[in-house]
Amino acid sequence: MTLSAEESVADEGRHPIPVLPDAPVRREYRRRFDLLRAVSWLASASVVVLLVFILGEILTKAFPAVHRFGLGFVTGIQWSPNRDVFGVLPVILGTVESSLLALALALPLGLAIALFLSENFLPDSVRQAIRFVVELLAAIPSVVYGLWGIFVIIPLVQSLGGLLARHLGFIPLFEGPAYGNSLLTASLVLALMVLPTITAISRTALVAVPNSLREGAYALGATRWEAILGVIIPTAAPGIVASTILAFGRAMGETMAVAMLIGNSQRLSWSLLSPSNTLAALLANQFAEAEGIQINALMYAAILLVLLTLVVNMAGEAVLRRTQKATAGLA
Amino acid sequence: MASPENFFSNAGRQTSPLRLLRNRVLTFLCVSLSLLTLVPLFSIVVLVVKNGLSLVSPSLFTQLPPAPGLEGGGFGNALVGTVVMVGISLLLAIPLGILSAIYINEYAPASRLSGAVRVVAKLLTGIPSIICGVFAFAVVVLPTHQFSSLAGGVALSILILPTILLTGEQALLGVPKAFREASFGVGATHFQTIWRIVLPQALPAMMTGIMLAVGRAAGETAPVIFTALFSQNWISSVMQPSASLSVLIYNFASLPYAYHVKMAWAASLVLVTLVTVTNVLTQIVFRKKYS
Repeated sequence: MTLSAEESVADEGRHPIPVLPDAPVRREYRRRFDLLRAVSWLASASVVVLLVFILGEILTKAFPAVHRFGLGFVTGIQWSPNRDVFGVLPVILGTVESSLLALALALPLGLAIALFLSENFLPDSVRQAIRFVVELLAAIPSVVYGLWGIFVIIPLVQSLGGLLARHLGFIPLFEGPAYGNSLLTASLVLALMVLPTITAISRTALVAVPNSLREGAYALGATRWEAILGVIIPTAAPGIVASTILAFGRAMGETMAVAMLIGNSQRLSWSLLSPSNTLAALLANQFAEAEGIQINALMYAAILLVLLTLVVNMAGEAVLRRTQKATAGLA
Repeated sequence: MASPENFFSNAGRQTSPLRLLRNRVLTFLCVSLSLLTLVPLFSIVVLVVKNGLSLVSPSLFTQLPPAPGLEGGGFGNALVGTVVMVGISLLLAIPLGILSAIYINEYAPASRLSGAVRVVAKLLTGIPSIICGVFAFAVVVLPTHQFSSLAGGVALSILILPTILLTGEQALLGVPKAFREASFGVGATHFQTIWRIVLPQALPAMMTGIMLAVGRAAGETAPVIFTALFSQNWISSVMQPSASLSVLIYNFASLPYAYHVKMAWAASLVLVTLVTVTNVLTQIVFRKKYS
């Protein structure tokens, strides 16, 4: 039976048909036209073209503004659409500042949870539950964070910020008057929103630390925290750094919650307690009513946002890839 | 020389109390920091449920929003608008995403095109969601001179494309290689193998990815806010501005009317329920798959 294919070929050969003996075999194995292959190739090609198209489309629409304002757009500190003056330096600073502050708040918390989830402080079932809760934090829509921030964080910052301004107002960072809609408000909510990113990626890095390293540390007499601080965290450090960079990228792109809380002011200010703006929030607030050159200016701002997040994300991914290679070598 | 018992005993080399104390303190710190993060989450869930539930009634889902200052009515038009826009986005993103997933996993996993598709999908995940809105504004709103739910749907489709593509690829990767080999072994063509063997196996995981995308798209506001805009009325055509639950939350959140603010909370309740359900279902499906 196993030889049937060969036999049939041989049979064909014995019959006086006007084809070459191996013709049926050839036809059987010839590559047929596969519609699904063609269609799916087309889909893949369009996905790649799509990204080029998106960037190209935004660039084209931004071109009049790029042409007219040049680099002065990036360094200008005035944004007044009714006079056709557009400068986004305060907005870029607001974007970076609010995201950095959010990271500073979120990193200790995220790292604590990641340690909690990767080391055996708790039984596995509890860890699963905490992990699920943190993942849920990531799934809550941005606009719901904004709504919650208006009713919980703004009053909090108003009372807390008043105190800060009264007692530490001599430091430019805490200069009054304290507004509810401020950089600090946005950063507090942003910290909550990037927490899942930090936790998830740091946890992966911590779990990837080989058990032999933990065992080695304990065998040398290290306490649990000496092992964590002296061996586990240093080994996982590149992954934790990557998680922070990627969280930075996410924070800069977050739109709705920030747009609802930051106060949307393009004025340059040192104080964390005064209103500010971010690139994403600027786009969200001004696109619907924009006309003429303002649309082009906003497209220009969109390009800056894409560039910022793209560079940060690519850096994060690069660190992450190197981390994975490095820990793979340890195991 | 120490006898074995002495060698392994701890006598005389106990860990110093100071080190033990430090250990305790750090554990305590770690626990309290972790618990601290549960506070805001708890607060969000409680407020959304408490403020949202007070308004839930059949009319909330079937009626139009009240005029400013008035009470009564619901967000029926926003609900329909969200469904329409998410529907449009799925219509655009599912074929593109799933077909690409099939190509990069089944036909040419190692080709340059597949590599490029993976990179593009990764980049698209990292792009801020508002950029999807900017793109739809440029390609739909500007040429048609019209804010529309079509533009909103296009924006959302860009947003969910990478989710569908990447979960689709994961779903296909989850199908054991032996299935494909067996199928080729009995003489099936590439197409027959994919269509009859691989896709049915991968379907549940693919559906999960799509559900995840639905949850995300329904809650996203940034891509819709200046493409579909908002409307007080029922949706009449996809070429007209349309209300959506997410933009309703944004618009009503800062209004000085208590009833409108409550409607924002109720809309949040609907969205948070949706994402929770889709996430729990995802967990269940994937845990079954991999345990």
